[in-house]
Amino acid sequence: MHPAYSVILFTTASGAGYGLLALLGLAGAQHGQASSTAFGITAMVLALGLISVGLLSSTFHLGRPERAWRAFSQWRSSWLSREGVAAVLTFLPALAFGVVWSGLYEAPQFIAPLGIITAVMCAITVFCTAQIYASLKTIRAWHQSLTAPVYLVFALATGAALLAALAAVFGRFQPFQVWLGLAALAAVLVLKALYWRAIDAAPRSHTMEAATGLGRIGQVSQWEVPHTAINFVQKEMGYVVARRHAARLRLMVLALLLAAMLLLLVSLKAPLLALVAAALAFTATMVERWLFFAEAQHVSTLFYGAKTA
Amino acid sequence: MTTLPDTTRPGQKKLGLVIDLDTCVGCQACATSCKEWNTQGYSAPLNDWDARGADHSGSWLNRIHGYEVKEKGQAQSRIVNFPRSCLHCETPACVTVCPTGASYKRAEDGIVLVNPDMCIGCKLCSWACPYGAREYDEVQGVMKKCTLCVDRIYNENFLPEDRIPACVRACPTGARHFGDLGDPASAVSQLVAARGGFALLPEMDYKPVNRYLPPRPRRDATTLAPEALPRGDGSAMDRLFQWADGLLAGHAGTAPAARKVSRVAAIKRRVKSAVAAVKSKSRGKK
Repeated sequence: MHPAYSVILFTTASGAGYGLLALLGLAGAQHGQASSTAFGITAMVLALGLISVGLLSSTFHLGRPERAWRAFSQWRSSWLSREGVAAVLTFLPALAFGVVWSGLYEAPQFIAPLGIITAVMCAITVFCTAQIYASLKTIRAWHQSLTAPVYLVFALATGAALLAALAAVFGRFQPFQVWLGLAALAAVLVLKALYWRAIDAAPRSHTMEAATGLGRIGQVSQWEVPHTAINFVQKEMGYVVARRHAARLRLMVLALLLAAMLLLLVSLKAPLLALVAAALAFTATMVERWLFFAEAQHVSTLFYGAKTA
Repeated sequence: MTTLPDTTRPGQKKLGLVIDLDTCVGCQACATSCKEWNTQGYSAPLNDWDARGADHSGSWLNRIHGYEVKEKGQAQSRIVNFPRSCLHCETPACVTVCPTGASYKRAEDGIVLVNPDMCIGCKLCSWACPYGAREYDEVQGVMKKCTLCVDRIYNENFLPEDRIPACVRACPTGARHFGDLGDPASAVSQLVAARGGFALLPEMDYKPVNRYLPPRPRRDATTLAPEALPRGDGSAMDRLFQWADGLLAGHAGTAPAARKVSRVAAIKRRVKSAVAAVKSKSRGKK
């Protein structure tokens, strides 16, 4: 599948934003008001800013961005529509939570319920994003039970790394932020490794013979292509550029994640290193997302010469 | 609405195509006729970009693949021309994934359409289609797909014989058939039953309506062997030809290719011997 850069940026940025927002909500529910208004506002602006940048960038790959509002209508059947609805709905409790948590409006009794609602909405939104991919039967590498958990832990881990970095900058660094980040990054490592094992082991059960139905008379190979120049289906579905580098890119993701974990551990002594850890976790997510697209083979490529899918 | 209509009712109309892979000659008439009709019909125009440049591309609703099939028991493979377009599935995921309601399946006849005024060009429907049937129009920023010529088949300004999809109308070998595959008594259903018509990727459970008719088996398994020489019947005419053949070849009964070469050699030999004979005669005179 062709990796649209706007979609990679969207899922990475908004994932980190939702992860951070959810953690702020839970921290608020646990500890009450933010330790300072400046910290509270900065954290909320960062989280909602990342989410907004992501949502905006996701409209860049649309052919008709001015009609994007129509995407809120088909939530009964479409995960993409559900994601849009969930993303907009999340803003309501999130903004209210931000106002009371950062102390702009004194209402401490609302911090806990708003924080929990915000965290749940964040999880729902990221889950909807993952389901857009996981629900596609046409792409074996996405139609996996681990796709959604991987998206969720990536959001949590990048959010946790951001929280530690932010706390370090504001001098509110606490060891539990490191342990949380480490646990989330370790979960990412494990789930992503399991995901790669699963997609490598999944049987490539669709063949060119089955797709064309010509297997009933013999062994099929492509003889003549149906075009004079590369067409949309090949560009969008037949993207293979990164597949040959897959092994190296997988190692790169794992190395970046391990480096992020190491730096987070070191930040117990030198808190500002958490900033570098967050940057590394973010970079790891970008590479992983790019690979997520590039490694995904679409069934329709069987009509264009692929032997199995 | 991108939720699917209930198409399980008895008597549900399922309009679709039946494509005969045995008689399709890969002439591209259906593809060009489709392009021509649909660039002025529903969801028009059907754009190309950089059409005369090096990096040309364009939206097509029907494409003709060519596959080489190595048949069991045949030394020689055969070419199967394979037209591919939307199969108007009964449970099309391209419709249910659409976030805007632009993609929909018609309850009355099962045709799957894109409303070009509502499409936001997110391309998710093309990801959901296992058949590569949908193609994005870069110029308009919306998705395009086969409409089963919905603007022809119900058009009462047309003669009845023209109320069929443009591709079916254009096919010079009658390899494309249009009709109601929901009605077991229809001509297309009968044809599918008689010829063992099949659906593409039925295991993916999109329940395509279109059917393909498999290529008929080869008549015999000797298509690779060179043409055998006819056995002589001993008649005067036969003997005359055998004599002429022997005269030209120097020796009869070899393969045609070898004979062709030896014919040239025989002519050379005959010229040589004639020259030698003339020379020896003139020498004798002296």
